[in-house]
Amino acid sequence: MKLLKTLCLAAAGLVLLAGAAKAEPKDAKGVSYSFEGPFGTFDKGQLQRGYKVYKEVCAACHAMKFVAFRNLADPGGPGFTEKQVKALAATFKVLDGPDGNGDMFERPGVPADRFPAPFPNEPAARVANGGAYPPDLSLITKARAGWTGTFNQLFNGIGGPQYVYSVLTGYEDPPEELKKEQPEGRYYNPYFTSNQWIGMPPPLSDGQVTFDDGAPNTVADMAKDVSAFLVWTAEPKMEERKRLGFEVLVYLAVLSLLLYLVKKKIWARVEH
Amino acid sequence: MGGPSNYQPKSAFAKWFHERLPVMDLVKGQVLDFPTPKNLNYWWTFGGILSVMLTVQILTGIVLSMHYTASVNSAFASVEHIMRNVNYGWLLRYLHSNGGSMFFVAAYIHIFRGMYYGSYKAPREVLWMIGVLIYLVMMATAFMGYVLPWGQMSFWGAKVITNLFSAIPFFGQAITTWLWGGFTVDDPTLNRFFSLHYLLPFVLAALVGLHIWALHVPGNNNPTGVSVKGSQDTVPFHPYYTMKDAFAIAVFLVVFMAFVSFAPNYLGHPLNYVEANPLVTPPHIVPEWYYLPFYAILRAIPDKLGGVVAMFGSILVLFALPWLDTSRVRSGTYRPIFKQFFWIFVIVCIGLGYLGSKPPEGAYVIWSRILTAYYFIHFLVILPLIGLLESPKPLPPSISDDVLAKAKSVAPAE
Repeated sequence: MKLLKTLCLAAAGLVLLAGAAKAEPKDAKGVSYSFEGPFGTFDKGQLQRGYKVYKEVCAACHAMKFVAFRNLADPGGPGFTEKQVKALAATFKVLDGPDGNGDMFERPGVPADRFPAPFPNEPAARVANGGAYPPDLSLITKARAGWTGTFNQLFNGIGGPQYVYSVLTGYEDPPEELKKEQPEGRYYNPYFTSNQWIGMPPPLSDGQVTFDDGAPNTVADMAKDVSAFLVWTAEPKMEERKRLGFEVLVYLAVLSLLLYLVKKKIWARVEH
Repeated sequence: MGGPSNYQPKSAFAKWFHERLPVMDLVKGQVLDFPTPKNLNYWWTFGGILSVMLTVQILTGIVLSMHYTASVNSAFASVEHIMRNVNYGWLLRYLHSNGGSMFFVAAYIHIFRGMYYGSYKAPREVLWMIGVLIYLVMMATAFMGYVLPWGQMSFWGAKVITNLFSAIPFFGQAITTWLWGGFTVDDPTLNRFFSLHYLLPFVLAALVGLHIWALHVPGNNNPTGVSVKGSQDTVPFHPYYTMKDAFAIAVFLVVFMAFVSFAPNYLGHPLNYVEANPLVTPPHIVPEWYYLPFYAILRAIPDKLGGVVAMFGSILVLFALPWLDTSRVRSGTYRPIFKQFFWIFVIVCIGLGYLGSKPPEGAYVIWSRILTAYYFIHFLVILPLIGLLESPKPLPPSISDDVLAKAKSVAPAE
């Protein structure tokens, strides 16, 4: 209980401090995506572009341990062919072993492998990133909310992809009054969830990734593509869920109607 | 339960079976022919809905447990394995997690219906008390289930709630250590929570059996609160209420499936998609929505033991409800003053839920205290007093009279 009290006090203290220094993180920017709404589906081209941004930019620091290369060819995903998946898996180095001599060895990835982590462990990741730990990105769009509010989230979603988009595009010069507080190796980003000082340097610059389909590659375009890709990594069965869900709802609606008519007919015999 | 049934086995096999196990006799007497008041409205369909939800939870849960591993090192990953690799695993898990919420939605409506129509009054006190017990076991089951995915809210929720027991004088710390099976929430805690989360639903099923048994002794209450006077007041349960319940269940499933299909994570917390980390405390630890009113009561009391006592007291007071309500009229329909206080109470409960979701600071704390006080005043002062002071409206002589009077008042318009 002491712990709880301390926690509550600490939480209250944090909120008060945050309130003094700055308000809660800004609501995420309201960008919209093709997969929103009950019938929304992924844009395959966008997911493939998002994959390329992840591979060329994010993967340098961020792991994605729940996603396997083979998933990239699964239905309802980026729609790579199995041949493409084999080729792109081979571009990653995967640690395997121990071999007959008891040594670990590196080999090219195969479709059954998960995306390899860029760092062997958390301390290694921290020391390479100025003390900050780049989170695993498999579930990031389900693990962050872009905004709050019971009804806001019901109608607009929890804003996970919008959060990722906003952080990626939200780097600014810190306001004058905060400039003095800027910690060494941190950057000002009012959308960042824990506080406005983020350890990740601005990761994207215009034209950084060249897309095979010639799509525009400004920071905003790349941020949108990669955030869409990260929705798919977090929820790879989304299209199947919506499709099956819609069919189930149609079935239940018809069943409800029939049951209502049966019930009405039966009850017509009695005054009630 | 009802008198001797008139079940007559028709075939030779049915006769042979009946002489050895008269279960069809029970089915006919207690399910098919069971006399049920003919004026039950749709608020009475939530009992059936709750049975369906318990069944959905048990069935999906049994399959989920085939793929889940209760270990701090692999629990989170095994849930992701279910979501990504198990055939229809995503569906099972979303049915189970949203099913828990829907279970509580139905239970709250069922409880408030009982409160409004005085279903807890004689001769249904034991029926009501078993219901409160079911509610308590439900809360324990859901709490332990929420810990299993081993996300940040799982871990910290478990930590906060188990820490409550340390408020018990003298033995608190020892009890908490015993509950944890160690010195913090860890592998032994997760394993026992998994074991109990699997066990308690079957305890629930048994309690539901007793609940229905206790219901079938006096029979259903009804919107008038007037007892059944004779067979003209009732209809056989089948087909009248099997069909009405089936319709209500189908509509309820539409709402349930809408969440599962289009907003499966809306009722959860994003932080539970971050793996548990004992070294990182989330800024706001909040329980699932269905505990929020009690969480607000817990935090409203400045003293730690006081808060725990108030939280458990707020549920235990329900056991005494049949004796706290002094009115002899059951249905709120005929109690003009009670009716107003009932709706105020509903709003207070929703208000406490809102406050439970907010950080414990400033005006939120003050409002939590006011509403917590009101919650207890409602049961301990208002209900006993209005029972004595209020003059209820005249009751209809019987269910049939009420039904006929309503039909007449509608008839001229037709």
